[in-house]
Amino acid sequence: MHPSYSVIIFTTASGAGYGLLVWLALFRMFGVIPAERWLGFLGLGTALGLITLGLLASTAHLGHPERAWRAFSQWRSSWLSREGIAAMATYVPAGLLGLGWVIFETGGFFLGLVALLAIIGSGITVWCTGMIYASLPTIRQWYQPLVPPVYLAMAMATGGLLYNALAHMFGHGSALSAGAALLAVIAALVIKGLYWRVIDSAPKKYTAEAATGLGHLGKVRPLDPPHTQPNFIMREMGFKVARKHAVKLRGLAIIFAFLIPLFALVLALFAGAPAVSGVAGIVALLSGAVGVIVERWLFFAEAEHVAMLYYGAEAA
Amino acid sequence: MTTLPTSTKKKLGLVIDLDICVGCQACATSCKEWNTGGYSAPLSDIQPYGADPDGAWLNRIHTYEAGTGPEGRTVHFPRSCLHCEEPACVTVCPTGASYKREEDGIVLVNPDTCIGCKLCSWACPYGAREYDPAHGVMKKCTLCVDRIYNENLEEEDRIPACVRACPTGARHFGDLGDPNSDVSKLVAAREGYDLLPEFGYKPVNKYLPPRPRRDAYSQDKSTVAAAPIEPSDNEAGTMAAKLFTWADRMLSR
Repeated sequence: MHPSYSVIIFTTASGAGYGLLVWLALFRMFGVIPAERWLGFLGLGTALGLITLGLLASTAHLGHPERAWRAFSQWRSSWLSREGIAAMATYVPAGLLGLGWVIFETGGFFLGLVALLAIIGSGITVWCTGMIYASLPTIRQWYQPLVPPVYLAMAMATGGLLYNALAHMFGHGSALSAGAALLAVIAALVIKGLYWRVIDSAPKKYTAEAATGLGHLGKVRPLDPPHTQPNFIMREMGFKVARKHAVKLRGLAIIFAFLIPLFALVLALFAGAPAVSGVAGIVALLSGAVGVIVERWLFFAEAEHVAMLYYGAEAA
Repeated sequence: MTTLPTSTKKKLGLVIDLDICVGCQACATSCKEWNTGGYSAPLSDIQPYGADPDGAWLNRIHTYEAGTGPEGRTVHFPRSCLHCEEPACVTVCPTGASYKREEDGIVLVNPDTCIGCKLCSWACPYGAREYDPAHGVMKKCTLCVDRIYNENLEEEDRIPACVRACPTGARHFGDLGDPNSDVSKLVAAREGYDLLPEFGYKPVNKYLPPRPRRDAYSQDKSTVAAAPIEPSDNEAGTMAAKLFTWADRMLSR
């Protein structure tokens, strides 16, 4: 599948934003971090800024972005519609949390409740993003139960890295902030690793013979194409990353998204000096940002669509 | 509304005979011609005479080679929307622009509400939907909904443009929900089949498989290709044969 940059920016930026929102709401709910105005302003500002940037980027690949509001109507059947609604709904508790935190610098039961709602809303939104892909039987690498957990885990990991870096900026960097990010990165590595194992061994269920229904005659090969230049189907569904490049890129994704952040966070945990922990946290964040973009690009580039069976793919 | 109707009054669709399709592309060009001037905006063509032409077409004609050796054969394979009974392209649509008509089962896109997110094209295993970059919306076969009910056209023209254009009669149009319709009888007689039934989308359009070969080879597969014909000594030696050969040579002068 063609890796569209707007969709890569959308899923990575909004994923990190929701992840950060969850960590902030969680730690505020349990009083781990104080209701400090500037921490709340910058933290929630970053989270909601990334979410909004992502949602705006997602409209960039639309043919008619001005009609995007119509996407809120078909929640009964469409995961894309559900995602849009969940994203909009999550702004409400996130905004209220920001209001209480930044303007009034308070906590209390009510803000605990909106924090909980913001966590639930973020989780549902990211899950819906994953389900958009996981609900398409036409794409073997996406039609996997692990896809929504991968999206959720990557959101929590990148959000955790953001939270840890941010906490250090305000002097709240602690074993807890680094430890939370570390756990999230390890969980994401395990889930993504499992996902890669699953898609590598997932059988190709469909063949050119099955797609054309001509298998009883023997092997089916394209003889004369229907058009001389690539069409929409071939460009959108036919994008293919070379196997050796995919292996290299997976290596880069593992190194940048998981291994460098992992070592940096372990260093931060045992460094003792806050300055070292802070710098390590920033290294972890920057590396994770590069890694998640490679990971997301590969999520699209490695995906194979059944429709390409009509254009010479032997199996999908 | 992207939720599907529980049932449709008719199941209008096409039956495509792979045995007699000659791959002439008349249906594809006729489809393009009708649909670029009919319903909705023109089907875009970008640099149609340039080095890298691009455009949205609703019907694509592939040519495959099926089988190998003497059994191998060329099969022309028209591919367009199959107007599935349970189309995933409709249910994934976030805006309700994609819909399946309750009255006749035709799957359509409302070009006024489509946001051009392309998710429907991802959901379709048949590659039937093509995005129109100039119009910014998804395009697909309409089963010529603006022809088949069009009372301004002659009765004989109230069929899809592709069916009207086919010079070999390889395309048929009708109600596949009615077991007594001509198309349903044809499908029953020729064992018409669904493309990729594994997906469970229940395509309405049916394909008729190429008929088995009827030449000597396929009737007796043990026969090896016949030996080249050489004049037998018996015949060549007869007086009459020599005479005919001489006469032939003389007359050829």
